[in-house]
Amino acid sequence: MTVIDLNIWQLGMAAMLVVLLAACTWYARLGLGKSLLIAAARTAIQLSLIGLVLEALFSVARLHWVALMAVIMLLLAGREVMARQRYRLSGGWAFGIGTLSMFVSSFAVTLLTLLVIIGPDPWYTPQYAIPLLGMMLGNTMTGVALGLDRLTESVWRQRALIENRLMLGQPWQEAIGDIRREAMRGGMIPTINAMAAAGIVSLPGMMTGQILAGSPPALAVKYQILIMFTICVGTGFGTMAAVLSGSRRLFDQRERLRMDRIRRMH
Amino acid sequence: MRQFGAVADRPGYRTVSRRSLQWCEFTTWPAALMPSTLPDTAARSSSLSGSAALHLQDVAIGTLTQVTAHIAAGEILCLSGTSGSGKSRLLRAIADLDPHGGEIHLGDHIQGKMPGHSWRREVMLVPAETQWWHDTVAEHLGPAMDEQALQQALTALGFAPDTLHWQVSRLSSGEKQRLALLRAISHRPGALLLDEPTANLDGDTTLRTEQWLQDTVRYHALPTLWVAHDPAQIARVADRHMHIEGHRLVQQP
Repeated sequence: MTVIDLNIWQLGMAAMLVVLLAACTWYARLGLGKSLLIAAARTAIQLSLIGLVLEALFSVARLHWVALMAVIMLLLAGREVMARQRYRLSGGWAFGIGTLSMFVSSFAVTLLTLLVIIGPDPWYTPQYAIPLLGMMLGNTMTGVALGLDRLTESVWRQRALIENRLMLGQPWQEAIGDIRREAMRGGMIPTINAMAAAGIVSLPGMMTGQILAGSPPALAVKYQILIMFTICVGTGFGTMAAVLSGSRRLFDQRERLRMDRIRRMH
Repeated sequence: MRQFGAVADRPGYRTVSRRSLQWCEFTTWPAALMPSTLPDTAARSSSLSGSAALHLQDVAIGTLTQVTAHIAAGEILCLSGTSGSGKSRLLRAIADLDPHGGEIHLGDHIQGKMPGHSWRREVMLVPAETQWWHDTVAEHLGPAMDEQALQQALTALGFAPDTLHWQVSRLSSGEKQRLALLRAISHRPGALLLDEPTANLDGDTTLRTEQWLQDTVRYHALPTLWVAHDPAQIARVADRHMHIEGHRLVQQP
């Protein structure tokens, strides 16, 4: 099966459709036209650049270049986790806890998948390692960001309740237990919902892309199942690690709730 | 488990009972509320720890510095001061909810030498605005009081016998405040810190609650720091009274 190559004019026609939509939103005075066009331009530029990077990376296929790429992806994801929180742990902890949780869960699951399950040769073959890690980080990032955001916002709103529980002699884990559980659930539910809806409500993007690129659907489905499972595991453990360490940071060694360790962002 | 002996043997109890008598002179109380009708020794098996003094040495928090005070077992020390003078923050420091300076002892227990939650289980703060998280009142209570003791306390506080099964969402702020006092006692504290415990109560209920608190504090020999702003209330309940002036606590006559 051959893949039909896309040339610049074919992409240009799709771009014209976006311009048409922008014109319509401008006519309907939605105030979206500008941001729509900027976002479309960013998609084109960012994806072209990453395409160049991947082309270069695939051609050298050296471990240290793959590792460097992985670290850059991780740091960008950590920054994104921090940026999405309205109430942040102060002193770099928002970035640190998010990044470390994603590192532990995403990297561990990706390594496990590469070494044990897929087994390309060498194991760091960028064609497998980078897309896998990318999918993993992208989803874990959402879970970690949702979980931490839910945690810090609930603590901010329910400070009096947590402290009243402390006053009655509850250990900190018990005083914040309900909030911590809710935060973990909030981080993990989107992934669970995505697994439940896969194939019925939506055809997952990765599978669609693979089929478009000429893979037999049966093979694409197998990869998609693998990806969904690993994403779920990565997101789950990442969210739990982030919420656990985040909640620990909110209390000091005397088990006091330290509101001075949360900053409200405007 | 620490056992709890006869209250009348404890230093401080006789001196404070004078207050109870004085109080009884100007109003009549149902017999069930009188200290003499408190549960007998047999019913005290699940009683509270109590009987140790609370001592503050050079405590510093916020604008308050070098706060030194000694509250004997079963003694009520009333604390007053203008808004923002740091009364509530001092209570929070004693309960170890905020970082602070100085040393605080409850009998042989030293605040910094035991885990935070163990200290707060002993030195229990009841805040002015109480919070509830389970559905019913009963789910919040600790194990220290048996059914009989709970019913007696409910009666003394002016509640119906089925109050423990009420939904928390339907409680008024005054009901919450009184039930929070019961909740604190049901967790077997060794000392009480009360932040305006009658702020949301009407006149009669205030008197009733004061009486129950006085009886309970004496019965269990709890050193009690009571933040109050009403001079009449302080006159009724206080064994001693201290006022915050500037950065210090000053003993009132």
